[in-house]
Amino acid sequence: MGLIIDTDLCTGCGACVEECPFEALELVEDHAQVNDKCTLCGACVEVCPEEAISIEEVERGEDQRTAQARGVWVFAEQRGGRMPQVVAELLGQGRRLADELGSELGAVLLGHQVEPLAAELFAWGADVVYLADDERLARFDDDIYCRVMAELIAAHVPEVLLAGATSLGRSLIPRVATAVATGLTADCTGLSIDPDNRLLLQTRPAFGGNIMATIVCPQARPQMATVRPRVMKPAPRQDGRQGRVERVSLDGGLTPGTEVLEVVEALDDRVDLVGAEVVVTGGRGLGGPEGFELVRQLAEALGGVVGATRGAVDAGWIGHAHQVGQTGRTVAPRLYVALGVSGAVQHLVGMQSSDCIVAVNTDPAAPIFRVATYGIVGDLYQVVPAMLERLAQRRG
Amino acid sequence: MKIVVCIKQVPDTAQVKLDPETHTLKREGVDSILNPFDLFALEAALRMREQVGGTVTAISMGPPQAEAVIKEAIGYGVDEGLLLSDRAFAGSDTWATTTALAAGIRHLGGADLIVCGKQAVDGDTAQVGPGLAQRLGLPQVAFVKALREVAEDHLVVERQMDDGFDVVRLPLPGLITVVREIGEPRPPSLKGKMRAKKYQVPVVGAADLGLAPEEVGLAGSFTQVIKVFAPEVAGKREIIEGPPEEAGAELIDRLVDSKVIMLGS
Ligand SMILES: Cc1cc2nc3c(=O)[nH]c(=O)nc-3n(C[C@H](O)[C@H](O)[C@H](O)COP(=O)(O)OP(=O)(O)OC[C@H]3O[C@@H](n4cnc5c(N)ncnc54)[C@H](O)[C@@H]3O)c2cc1C
Ligand SMILES: Nc1ncnc2c1ncn2[C@@H]1O[C@H](COP(=O)(O)O)[C@@H](O)[C@H]1O
Repeated sequence: MGLIIDTDLCTGCGACVEECPFEALELVEDHAQVNDKCTLCGACVEVCPEEAISIEEVERGEDQRTAQARGVWVFAEQRGGRMPQVVAELLGQGRRLADELGSELGAVLLGHQVEPLAAELFAWGADVVYLADDERLARFDDDIYCRVMAELIAAHVPEVLLAGATSLGRSLIPRVATAVATGLTADCTGLSIDPDNRLLLQTRPAFGGNIMATIVCPQARPQMATVRPRVMKPAPRQDGRQGRVERVSLDGGLTPGTEVLEVVEALDDRVDLVGAEVVVTGGRGLGGPEGFELVRQLAEALGGVVGATRGAVDAGWIGHAHQVGQTGRTVAPRLYVALGVSGAVQHLVGMQSSDCIVAVNTDPAAPIFRVATYGIVGDLYQVVPAMLERLAQRRG
Repeated sequence: MKIVVCIKQVPDTAQVKLDPETHTLKREGVDSILNPFDLFALEAALRMREQVGGTVTAISMGPPQAEAVIKEAIGYGVDEGLLLSDRAFAGSDTWATTTALAAGIRHLGGADLIVCGKQAVDGDTAQVGPGLAQRLGLPQVAFVKALREVAEDHLVVERQMDDGFDVVRLPLPGLITVVREIGEPRPPSLKGKMRAKKYQVPVVGAADLGLAPEEVGLAGSFTQVIKVFAPEVAGKREIIEGPPEEAGAELIDRLVDSKVIMLGS
């Protein structure tokens, strides 16, 4: 098993050597050769103009579960009776996939005294809600949540299971995938069905957003994926839409693996970046913490919230809760204004699906301009006051 | 306390740049580094050792040159290292990675506490920690941002959540994954660096761990990458020219006229 290089086809052009992120390819006597560093990531396969590189097919046994699996499920995360917006987004996407596969859309709801949320799930498109309502599920513990999910999955064998790439989802879902022995793709930005074989095509950024990869899970079920908030669109809400509730009871002996002593709602962490319609982001181009005063003024004038790059956060100019990007929040507001932001890929992955992007930067070559709807090459300290003034004028 | 830290060697994604002309990746001269998040895992482990005593072992699965990150960990002050390296491990997804790491940890005789980074920057999956906990049947707390209490038989930690944080008691043996807020990593010590230079990294392969070739690597993975491509940047780019004051005003006019900004509110 490994990488196969057809030396008859290889022209020694070196494209793969350049593409390889692991320095696993080298040119030896005018032919590409693979060394121990190869992780079979497939980057070279794509780039080879001669189609000389392939990954050896491995024979794997067909899993019993793949044939009988039916249904698309969404994990309906809730904390303290509140569901994050991503649940509606997942149901919107799940609905599309379920319709394409001709199957039911299920939602899994775990917690204590959460039954009223079922109506919400039906309104957003669920046909059936699997409800486990128990005191032991009142607070989030990976162990007990995982066991309940794993049992449900074993009993019903859904074909697809989606969850939000939230803190809770990214903690629990890998554990569930391991418990039921199936594959999981994290942080997907695109999901579709291959009509030929009903496989879920899962697309996600990798290498800090530098490349996109499409991943499949052919041999096991469910095909599991987490999805970033704000990437998928919810279906229009249908109030009063009905569905079926299937109650699940917990085994008497089941106990949580950890004990949640306290739930702290930290105000500082609740800058509502993800839900904002307008985000005004400041970067290192502000030159110092006082620059955020101007950012705040513009955000306020536009009815938006303040975002920041990691550059600005690391400099200590503003709190991490404001960070947008790979290691911060993913946002997709109606309007995103980037002030003094260079547009590193790690930043772009967190905001590039915004509807309208405005960038102000002194450097005409700044990568942020490549994703910008409108760009102004200039000093933000001259441009932003002019924007504020005009805005006040137009408001009259 | 016997602590095992999982660390990974990754390409330095910060150095990976897009070519502005061709919009393709420029990867020449990209170094391999210790996954930045794993530095926080090492730091957390070293602090706990200072508090309650015991040993810290760094474990990594990767190609032979990943021995560099084990040596780096020795430099920071961990007691021992173990590299899981075998051609058969190539192409591992997170399932196959946890197969190997779980076997590696058993090979070390188990652990009271396993510490992972939040995520590895090459894949950003954040799946290996929780997957490993499930493999070993251990309780876990992911995204730990502070250690409140460290004892032989339990920890009390703060777990970062989207709407704040939870204070959680984790009985040991158990597993945590840590985020940057856990604390700035210390610099490597001079003594550590000297030791790292001479340190012979123990290396074991699939057979040593009792793993069959079909259980690990690409063959032992559920997920398969079928396509890799450059991200599309949907730039409808339009540069508004002119002196800054005029450009600023013009921009607002365009946004208002195209109803991106609604003046009514
Ligand atoms: C693993 C990893 C994860 C990361 N995650 C994130 C993340 O989540 N979010 C994130 O943002 N970054 C992230 N980064 C960092 C990212 O690579 C960049 O370093 C960061 O985004 C740069 O921030 P910046 O644009 O503010 O600063 P710089 O790159 O320094 O850009 C400043 C810009 O301001 C312009 N400028 C200067 N003065 C002015 C002025 N007066 N008026 C107008 N423009 C001006 C300059 O031309 C320049 O383009 C991550 C990096 C790594 C390695
Ligand atoms: N190959 C590996 N060897 C050792 N530890 C790993 C490996 N891959 C992942 N990890 C650990 O798991 C964490 C999460 O990685 P990932 O799931 O790949 O994002 C990392 O921060 C490491 O602590």
